[in-house]
Amino acid sequence: MIVIEGATKRYGEATVVDDVSMAVESGSMTVVVGQSGSGKSTLLRMINRLVEPSSGRVTIDGVDVSTVPGPQLRRGIGYVIQGHGLFPHRTVAQNIATVPRLLGWPRDKTRARVEELLALLQLDPKQFASKYPHELSGGEQQRVGVARALAAGPKILLMDEPFGALDPIIRLKAQDDLKALQRRLGATVLLVTHDMDEAFRLGDRIAVLNEGRLQQCGTPAELLLRPATPYVQQLVGSSDRSYRLLALTTAAEAVEAGPAEGLPGIDGGATLREALAEIVWRDAPALAVLAEDGKPLGRLSLQAILARGRPQ
Amino acid sequence: MSAATPHAPRAGLGGGSVVAMLRGIDRLGALLCLIGAGGLLALPFLTFKANRIAAGAPKSVVESLGAPGAGAFLGALALVAGLALFDRRPAVRLVGALGGLAALILAVGFGAAALSPPGDSFARVSPGAAVWLLLLALAMLAADALARLRLSPPTRVLALGTAALGAALVLRSGLLDPLSILREHATRADVFGRELRQHLWLAGGSVAAAIAVGAPLGALCHLNRKLRGVALPVLNMVQTIPSIALFGLLMGPLAWLGRTVPLAGDLGIRGIGAAPALLALTLYALLPVTANTALGLARAPAEAVDAAAGMGMTRGQILWGVEIPLALPVIVAGVRVVLVQNIGLATVAALIGGGGLGTFVFQGVGQTAIDLVLLGAAPTVALAFCAAVLLDAAVDALGGRRA
Ligand SMILES: Nc1ncnc2c1ncn2[C@@H]1O[C@H](COP(=O)(O)OP(=O)(O)O)[C@@H](O)[C@H]1O
Ligand SMILES: [Mg+2]
Repeated sequence: MIVIEGATKRYGEATVVDDVSMAVESGSMTVVVGQSGSGKSTLLRMINRLVEPSSGRVTIDGVDVSTVPGPQLRRGIGYVIQGHGLFPHRTVAQNIATVPRLLGWPRDKTRARVEELLALLQLDPKQFASKYPHELSGGEQQRVGVARALAAGPKILLMDEPFGALDPIIRLKAQDDLKALQRRLGATVLLVTHDMDEAFRLGDRIAVLNEGRLQQCGTPAELLLRPATPYVQQLVGSSDRSYRLLALTTAAEAVEAGPAEGLPGIDGGATLREALAEIVWRDAPALAVLAEDGKPLGRLSLQAILARGRPQ
Repeated sequence: MSAATPHAPRAGLGGGSVVAMLRGIDRLGALLCLIGAGGLLALPFLTFKANRIAAGAPKSVVESLGAPGAGAFLGALALVAGLALFDRRPAVRLVGALGGLAALILAVGFGAAALSPPGDSFARVSPGAAVWLLLLALAMLAADALARLRLSPPTRVLALGTAALGAALVLRSGLLDPLSILREHATRADVFGRELRQHLWLAGGSVAAAIAVGAPLGALCHLNRKLRGVALPVLNMVQTIPSIALFGLLMGPLAWLGRTVPLAGDLGIRGIGAAPALLALTLYALLPVTANTALGLARAPAEAVDAAAGMGMTRGQILWGVEIPLALPVIVAGVRVVLVQNIGLATVAALIGGGGLGTFVFQGVGQTAIDLVLLGAAPTVALAFCAAVLLDAAVDALGGRRA
């Protein structure tokens, strides 16, 4: 667990991060969202001591990070920098092997790990290992950046706008992949973005930052239902907050008992927002919710969906 | 307008083929042909002197080679001119330029032999202005073709080696021995070898010393803003002192050092000679090396450096593992500049007894013997050229991976 207590960073007159306190549960993904210049990167970099707080402190599993030498601390924390930051003079394999090499891993172990990571991020090792970063597309560079951060198997991953350079379609796919990866590795992820939709797609919890001040840190539903400040209210939007809320629940979670014969089917993993769209499109009163093996789990009526789209 | 358009193509039809041909002419080729032809028509091909300081008598191509020889030579040049004007394939143009060069060397060699009275060791035959202009035109034709061929760095080094081997073979063959510059060489062959080595030592030694001091200094400037603010302006000031003045400024302190510290005296440190020359050349090389090192290190992408720190590299690991490899092309480019610069500047060392090829230049100036000046200047230019080609190839080879 990462605990940030009263973290403040001043540069001269400017207070860039102002008395921020929050916690990131182990194994969860927390997204810090805010406009450009709101202090997100600075907050993130206080965790791995690339920035030293002017006051306040950060602890990881109870250990004050300021008591651990910077390089040693950072070798244990994966860091994906804003704009991939790959080393242009090193191959993909060498880039990924950075931290294992710093940690003095044996060659064989490092090589095996690099191949494993390339495969994990859907990059063919034979094709990509010996390429240089400038030979890759933006999406590939970004995945190599993530692989490099994961190389030594860190329990904590800090990601600074990792998908900023990707076009929208690749971006959605990359977000899904990251979410799956995080679940699979059980990693604690703190991700920074200026994109509210990304925050809602990825975050178990969302921390909203404005001009260095933490506005609210809570689950996506909390942000939608009980915005703590007008700023958060405006940020989550009032025109489409119902849709956002619906997008947080899956069909399987909202399934009702009852006959489902003859109804159009929907995958249990689909969101209620997608289910609503399906109902509108098919002009059906309800949907049959299907398990992964195609067996019906039950039904999902329009009424049930609508009820979940407002405060209960 | 609609009435005029159909006539337009017809109007030009009569002159069409000539216009098309003129359009097809290569501009650079035309300029080079003009230079070469102008030189051959208006200027002497060879110059004959009864002795090395007598006034020269101009000799035309026909006078030098006789009618049949001149015909063959001019025919060969006309062929090259044709290629330069109408053939755009770089490889063909290169072969043409090299062929022209061979013809020129043969013509100069045979012409000089024919003009030299047998058994007269005082008479001198030297290349006239026409030869220099032809040499310039052919060299530019070759350089342009080479540039268009875009040879890879190793191929360029190989080409330079081949050219050097060719030049050595021509000099060895004795073909050009009747030329005055080689006669000057023949009478002082042992001194020439010694001064050539001294010249290489002055230029190479000073650049090596400048790298040994300047590269670490540049790295320190990169790490420390304050040092950078002091070191670079001071070195910049040194750079602006004229070379003779710098030699003079160094004479006093070094003479004192040589007199008072016995060890320094034993090492040959005196107010005049190689020591002040080497020191001055090193000082001149220091700014480009230091500045390029600092500049190159600062040029590494900020994100890469930031990522390196974020991965847990120490400051030293970032410097050696990321910043220096990324800065290497810029650092080597700085070395290229100072090596070429110091190969030229090392001629001035002769003025304070430092030796080197400048010895011949200043002797020649003193005796108004232009051939002796050339004996010092020509190898200096050749050395600088080789250094430039080699280090340019190194810069490209280092920079290629991260284009
Ligand atoms: N090293 C620094 N010195 C001075 N100001 C800085 C420094 N780093 C960041 N800032 C300022 O702090 C503010 C927040 O920066 P940052 O944390 O990068 O914001 P974000 O990542 O949310 O865009 C910006 O106004 C930026 O100019
Ligand atoms: Mg940022």
